[in-house]
Amino acid sequence: MSTLTQKKGFGATIWDFLTTVDHKKIAILYLLAGGFFFIVGGIEAVLIRMQLAVPNNDFVSAGTFNEIITMHGTTMIFLAAMPILLGFMNAVMPLQIGARDVAFPFVNALGFWLFFFGGVFLNLSWFLGGAPDAGWTSYASLAIHSKGHGVDFYVLGLQISGLGTLIGGINFLVTIINMRAPGMTYMRMPLFSWTTFVASALILFAFPPLTVGLTLMMFDRMFGSNFFVVANGGNTVIWEHLFWIFGHPEVYILILPAFGIFSEIFSTFSRKRLFGYSSMVFATVLIGFLGFMVWAHHMFTTGLGPVANAIFAVATMAIAVPTGIKIFNWLFTMWGGSVKFTTPMYWAFAFIPSFVMGGVTGVMLGTAPADYQYHDSYFVVAHFHYVIVGGVVFGIFAATHYWWPKMFGTMLNETLGKITFWLFFVGFHLTFFIQHFLGLWGMPRRVFTFLPGQGYETSNMISSIGALFMSLGVIVLLINVVMTSVKNVKVGNDPWEDGRTLEWTIPSPPPFYNFKQLPLVRGLDPLWLEKTAGKKGMTPAEPLGDIHMPNSSFIPFMISFGLFFAAFGVLYNGEKSWAVPVIIIGLLITFGSMLVRSVKDDHGFHIHKEELMDENDKGVKA
Amino acid sequence: MANQQLNSRNPRVDLEYRRRKSAEEMRYQVVSFSLMIFLTLVAFAAVAIKGFTAWFTAPFIVLLAFVQVIFQLYYFMHMSHKGHEAPSLFLYFGLFFALVMALAFMTIIWW
Repeated sequence: MSTLTQKKGFGATIWDFLTTVDHKKIAILYLLAGGFFFIVGGIEAVLIRMQLAVPNNDFVSAGTFNEIITMHGTTMIFLAAMPILLGFMNAVMPLQIGARDVAFPFVNALGFWLFFFGGVFLNLSWFLGGAPDAGWTSYASLAIHSKGHGVDFYVLGLQISGLGTLIGGINFLVTIINMRAPGMTYMRMPLFSWTTFVASALILFAFPPLTVGLTLMMFDRMFGSNFFVVANGGNTVIWEHLFWIFGHPEVYILILPAFGIFSEIFSTFSRKRLFGYSSMVFATVLIGFLGFMVWAHHMFTTGLGPVANAIFAVATMAIAVPTGIKIFNWLFTMWGGSVKFTTPMYWAFAFIPSFVMGGVTGVMLGTAPADYQYHDSYFVVAHFHYVIVGGVVFGIFAATHYWWPKMFGTMLNETLGKITFWLFFVGFHLTFFIQHFLGLWGMPRRVFTFLPGQGYETSNMISSIGALFMSLGVIVLLINVVMTSVKNVKVGNDPWEDGRTLEWTIPSPPPFYNFKQLPLVRGLDPLWLEKTAGKKGMTPAEPLGDIHMPNSSFIPFMISFGLFFAAFGVLYNGEKSWAVPVIIIGLLITFGSMLVRSVKDDHGFHIHKEELMDENDKGVKA
Repeated sequence: MANQQLNSRNPRVDLEYRRRKSAEEMRYQVVSFSLMIFLTLVAFAAVAIKGFTAWFTAPFIVLLAFVQVIFQLYYFMHMSHKGHEAPSLFLYFGLFFALVMALAFMTIIWW
């Protein structure tokens, strides 16, 4: 009996997760942390809608409202949507390309812990004198003058968690370039792996500008420099550019993986090859490229001049072309397919009209002259919630139901899943559809209340009722998760029965080494190919042999904790006497841990061939 | 020789060929290294010699620096070898995006 299959106590499980370098466990950590922040951001959203439900409301004060909207946006983008997607990438991408782990398992763990500590640091602002209140974009003209430490928490927290995301992205790039199974060429990669690849490339290029912006902001706010201080010759518009050079690719970092998720779901449950696979890959890469060319459409009203506005407007509209290619490909995948309406398919089906609506308002906003009218109104709020909720959050819900059996070995209840879908779907459109009109009627965004008698009352009430429905949907999902985990009915390799890609060829949840023998990939949708050839599973590409595995390590946790600790010192520098020692101790922890990692040889361990063999592999009964 | 991967355990396979390859590689390294030293001297000279205005020297030095970067990447970091397609793709895209941003900062930010 192997020691690896023994039942562990609670403490041992915690320690296991604190030290793990296994991509499947890191994925679970990402889902747990991201899910927690999703709930936090959701509660903030509900508070916003409670405040805006009736005119002249004093449920929260104007200052608190600013903090809530800032934290809602920041939390949802940086700490909920992106980590949850990184979680699915971690869980699924190595399995889809037939790898035993990511390229740098240690760095993978480090990426998670940096994100986690950055997120915790940011949210601690609620208890330490007030959250950031300059909006999730934190425009320098507001942020420089923000009182208290809110914006400092934003700058330092995002710097730490951004570091984690950046090294996570690099890790995925190296994994996909170097660790594909024999026969898994680029043009045979499942679309979720492709979108992971392109999204990681976007992370690689988009996060450095954010790092630069945050560093300049940190120096301005904490060390007295003047990059954005107009009175001393600085320029606040530089922040806007740096932020949106990062910020626009960021929304594609979110939506591309969701596109990948839906591509998998459409082809699985239409039981057809994805229509126009190569054009899907092309469109993904093109969207990634164009994502860097359009950032200034967030700044049309800044005064860039008509030429710049026109260039960025045309570039923006160009993105509708590859996106349209994708939409039609999904429709044609379903066309003539034998469609099975499972819960993931419900989300995928609803995604198309919801996302197209967000896309159409996107082109409207991309029209520079018209943007002067829509700018800073609820129309913008409606637009980006249609693309981010209707695209990304639908994708996250779809992926949760679709890959839950692969990650945890149990199947989420389909009936409850469909109840979640209907509650959330109805709530989503109820909340945000009316906001288009609120915007066109002139209601400005980011304003904490409105007056009676301006025609906004009913619409805002409807919007708030929608938020209630969405909350109920999420609660039903949580109940579903608890019920499924308590019942604990295990499922086999391919619980949806129509699996096409490599993750469905191995047990659910997969063993920690993923593939006993790396599979031989003979084409797109490898498992489906073998199924149509009348086989049960994949042909192995290698004989059964020893498998090299990395050792667990507590060092990633310590490196991240050191930065978290030092950040408090930076924040209170010049105010508290303990600030400088805290910075020094924190950095000592970080760099000391890195030193330990560098000088200590850690060669990992081997799983020996004999441990992997079972009755079938031995050929003869002993 | 570390750049050539052997499929065989026998170290003497293609020994002559590999030796010739390595010698050739070494020659390239020495040539590019002496060129780089020369370019550096030219850059210093451009500043030291009186009579050139800053309008000439500044772009000239930047041009020389650019050539040096190419030498560095292609000869010393082996980007000229096979198997560096992905890194060069990412390098060029990174360069392109950075230049677009620099262009934007120089043209559409008003002071």
